[in-house]
Amino acid sequence: MDEVRPLLELTGATVRFGADAALDHVDFRLFPGEVHSLMGENGAGKSTLIKAITGALAMDEGELRLAGERVAFASPHEAQRAGISTVYQEIELLPNLSVAENIFLGREPRRSGVISRQLMRERAAGLLQELGLSIDPGSLLGTHSVAVQQLVAIARAISADVRVLVLDEPTSSLDLDEVAELFRLIRELKARGVAILFVSHFLDQVYELADRITVLRDGAMVGEYLTGELLRIDLVQKMLGREIGEVRARGRASEDDADEASAAVLRARGLSVGQGIADADVDLAEGEVLGVAGLLGSGRTSLAHGLTGVAHLEAGVIRIESEAVRLDSPRHAISFGVVYSSENRRRDGIVAELSVVDNITLALQSERGVFRRIPPARRRELAASWVDALDIRPPDLDRPVGTLSGGNQQKVLLARLLALSPRVLVLDEPTRGIDVGAKVEIQNLVAELADNGMSVVFISAELEEVLRVGDRVAVMRDGRIVETVAAADLTADSLLALVAQPDEDEGED
Amino acid sequence: MAAMTMARAETRTKERGESPVQTFISRHGGMMPSFAAVLILILLFIGGEIFLRGDFITPRNISALLLDNAVLLVLAVGMTFVILTGGIDLSVGSVMAFTGILGAKMLGDGVPVGIAIPAILLGGAAIGLLIGILVQYFGVQPFIASLAGLFLGRGLAYIVSLSSIKVENDAVLWLQSTRIRLGDWYITPTGIIALTTVAVAAFVLHLTRFGRTIYAIGGNEQSARLMGLKVGRAKIAAYVISGFCAGLAGLLLTAYSGAGYPRNGIGTELDAIAAVVIGGTLLTGGRGYVLGSMVGVFVYGTIKTIINFMGAEQSWMQIIVGSLLLLFIVVQRAIVARSEGRR
Amino acid sequence: MTAIYKHRLFWPIVALLTLIVVNAVARPQFIKITMRDGELYGPLISILRESAPLMLVALGMTIVIATRGIDLSVGATMAVSGAVALTIIDGSDDPGNVGTVLIACVVAVLVSLVLGAWNGFLVSVVGIQPIIATLVLMLAGRGVALLITGGFITTVNSEPFAFIASGYLFALPFAFLIGLVAIIVLSLVERRTALGVLTEAVGINPEASRLAGVRSRSIIWGAYMVSGMLAGIAGLIYASNIKAADANAAGVFIELYAILAVVLGGTSLNGGKFSIAGTVVGVLIIQTLESTILFLGVSSAQSPVFFAVVVVIVVIVQSSRLRDGLAALSTRLRSRSEADEKVEVA
Repeated sequence: MDEVRPLLELTGATVRFGADAALDHVDFRLFPGEVHSLMGENGAGKSTLIKAITGALAMDEGELRLAGERVAFASPHEAQRAGISTVYQEIELLPNLSVAENIFLGREPRRSGVISRQLMRERAAGLLQELGLSIDPGSLLGTHSVAVQQLVAIARAISADVRVLVLDEPTSSLDLDEVAELFRLIRELKARGVAILFVSHFLDQVYELADRITVLRDGAMVGEYLTGELLRIDLVQKMLGREIGEVRARGRASEDDADEASAAVLRARGLSVGQGIADADVDLAEGEVLGVAGLLGSGRTSLAHGLTGVAHLEAGVIRIESEAVRLDSPRHAISFGVVYSSENRRRDGIVAELSVVDNITLALQSERGVFRRIPPARRRELAASWVDALDIRPPDLDRPVGTLSGGNQQKVLLARLLALSPRVLVLDEPTRGIDVGAKVEIQNLVAELADNGMSVVFISAELEEVLRVGDRVAVMRDGRIVETVAAADLTADSLLALVAQPDEDEGED
Repeated sequence: MAAMTMARAETRTKERGESPVQTFISRHGGMMPSFAAVLILILLFIGGEIFLRGDFITPRNISALLLDNAVLLVLAVGMTFVILTGGIDLSVGSVMAFTGILGAKMLGDGVPVGIAIPAILLGGAAIGLLIGILVQYFGVQPFIASLAGLFLGRGLAYIVSLSSIKVENDAVLWLQSTRIRLGDWYITPTGIIALTTVAVAAFVLHLTRFGRTIYAIGGNEQSARLMGLKVGRAKIAAYVISGFCAGLAGLLLTAYSGAGYPRNGIGTELDAIAAVVIGGTLLTGGRGYVLGSMVGVFVYGTIKTIINFMGAEQSWMQIIVGSLLLLFIVVQRAIVARSEGRR
Repeated sequence: MTAIYKHRLFWPIVALLTLIVVNAVARPQFIKITMRDGELYGPLISILRESAPLMLVALGMTIVIATRGIDLSVGATMAVSGAVALTIIDGSDDPGNVGTVLIACVVAVLVSLVLGAWNGFLVSVVGIQPIIATLVLMLAGRGVALLITGGFITTVNSEPFAFIASGYLFALPFAFLIGLVAIIVLSLVERRTALGVLTEAVGINPEASRLAGVRSRSIIWGAYMVSGMLAGIAGLIYASNIKAADANAAGVFIELYAILAVVLGGTSLNGGKFSIAGTVVGVLIIQTLESTILFLGVSSAQSPVFFAVVVVIVVIVQSSRLRDGLAALSTRLRSRSEADEKVEVA
């Protein structure tokens, strides 16, 4: 295969957002008639790489070659004209227009300058047929299920003269039948010589479909492998970046206490949140850190949402100190001492233009109520003590939080929650995308808080971090907690095996 | 493999509307609000007919409906373009006043019609262009940008003249005074112009790439961009079209009232917006029909006529139109909420 | 020194002072203030007096804009308020009675509060976009006002009512004092309670605020109620000034001037950080500019052209796109079109 020249070749791709490199000298190549999977956790740079290829983003360094020729696309449209079609993770179609229009928008068949709807529908019907999809091409896209919309997006992508097809998580909303149908189509396109970039967080699908895998981590390239030569467990290890010769779990003084029901601060049974999690049980003892390990899409964030009143619970009951509670809003959860820090710091966490003081005291102030204002002197004192305790830098109370580094923003968020003196702290990827120093500080802080009696749910994509911080580890796969194990009984390898293990029931039907 | 595809195709047929009715709904679900407007119009007609004991649905009244609402119809057509992109144009009332008085002044000063009329239309389009550029290139919110247009149009109208200017020009008056009759039915050139505007707009919106781009922008501007559509150009064009229509409305209004008056059209932009929304166009953009807007205008005009006949106060007009607006907005909100829930 | 230069109110205040100086040079009597019967007179005092309705409306608008909203219905609310008050006074046996006038005013303000609550309900509970939600009342409100007055311009001859707009207290115009009280009360509420910072948090990042347990719904709802109430008081001043309730003319375009005042004062239309002081300066700039335009012999009807120019300049200067564009241009020259910039941001 290697004697064939790559159809698409990206070398030294670097994209910076401010000081952070979202992509750091990454190489990537796609051969004709090949399915190439791009693997990596959140923030690994997958989307950025795709955007660099499809012209949605300009690279700061690096070059892109298509069929040996150097190209630079100023827009996705230009890339499309060159034969690079993309289906994005979130459907980028228009629900207000018909299926046929969504396929042909921008290049509608015309008769003497006027769009011919009939011709458009006929052609669309043909394309849909190819996808095994028999829907009325004249119907509004919005009237169809997400899965059908996803297939229509693919129909659009292949309707043009496609040489490179980029599929970013195309299967996340499809059921097994639909996935099978899609795979049949991908194989057909592959046979036609189309180069396919396939991104999915379902390992089974990657192993079923991909010829080659490129792994990214933290914006850097880990390596390119032939699928047949890469063991599943090695792939996960490369994605999560565990170093060999591992740290052991943090030992607790009295491991037996953890399982005692009497000490349970939070007890959840049968939690279900939409498509995110089903039938999840969580027990959390006083002073315990429950690590949650799972790949992207395993339901780890939905679990956090379900526990903290952010998402509506479809089923299940939560008991806090054996009292059953309904947490129907974050505010309500806070009143029970259950607080949540989002994985998406910038979007759901900080209030960027407000100062450090305002951000730290935001939750506490809301809890006290609008009219019981914390006196300014007290506010500053409080914020200063947190800035000091968490070593937030620069220690400038009046600085807008948006101007701080990621690690310091995270600390401000933690301070906001800790100021509430919570009983249960649910942290969703608190160390994502922050530098190593701050990472260790936050890990140590969590341990310290637990030692002082706080209960923590610590979600992370990094297994060794989960092991280091957690007393017990809940392993999640496909929206379920498949196992909860004492961290002391786990090694990094055994946890890796649990996280990576394929589900038995996901085979062919 | 082929057999499997067949089998799958069969299971999928459930998704396809099996009856013509279902097919129609899945294809034209977006028309539902417009149908509601048609229904309201019919109910109004029936109500008027009953109230006036059979004296309402007469050729004379229906013909007058078009005559009296030609100006609003033209404004609503332009507004439909803007609202379909998800924007709003608050300037049309005052732009209409400006172009109207400008036309009256030019004609009064002896400028030939062949120059005055193009000047009116271009003047409106120019203000639209300004708004479009502010929206597209400076990222100004549409209502703020069109607010600048509103101020500009109103101020310019007063700069042209502080008081009304009578129009003596035969060509312009002809637009209004000519009645092409068919039995008791009649139509004026202004009515023909308004209907032509609607027809052209419907054609452009539904059968040209530019028109579909307008819908695409309203559906999701980001997606439209990713699909390689010429979003910037189309968005500016929508405001230019709205401005042009405001200019044309200024001409029609001058013909209708036989004079230009700088106080014309205060609040007319709200009437135009209301007519468009009542006609079934979503204020968030992407859904709606210019023919729906026409129905919306007729609903507006019919309510006005009925209130006149009843001898009720015109204040009811604003209240009823406001209530209808609210009703449609809440219904739209529910539709949007439902389709979001679906995702 | 640089601190002063960088203060967000620096440019608005410079603009205001420039206007005053230009006026003072052109017509020295502009800055002349005379005392007559213990009452102050002069062009500057007139500006203070005449700015009262806009001041009240703009203050309410500031709070609403801080929550990422907008209130287009303030003009209509003014009309309703004036209509309610004058109809009550007109219908009473003794229009000159202070008690009657007081009751009329209280009822009018309460009605305005209800209108504000209605807007707040549509925005915060039903979830309709603010511009659309308030459009309803903007349209229907005047109809309601006309209905209340029976379609006529209700005029009254009531000494106590006229006092609101033209009376004097402590040597200063009473209307100005009303505005002053509103400024002080709002500033105090903002400073003495946590409302200010919570409002800003809701305006900047609604989702983060929700996760932090902020009662965003109540805060947004409250903002529209404040706006409605202040518009109601503004309506009383307007009606008192012309001694009549003119449902068609009361508060026409005031929403637009109020938005302009807020923007001039440095509060972003995207919500978040707001400045009461900035809005005050913004209102004074508008009123002084209006006075200047009149002095120049331009009809007040033509003044919108000037304001159109002001709006365009202000929004272009505030445009983040422009600023980012200039910044990007100065750091590196990238041959990329505006359109793709947007894709990148997303």
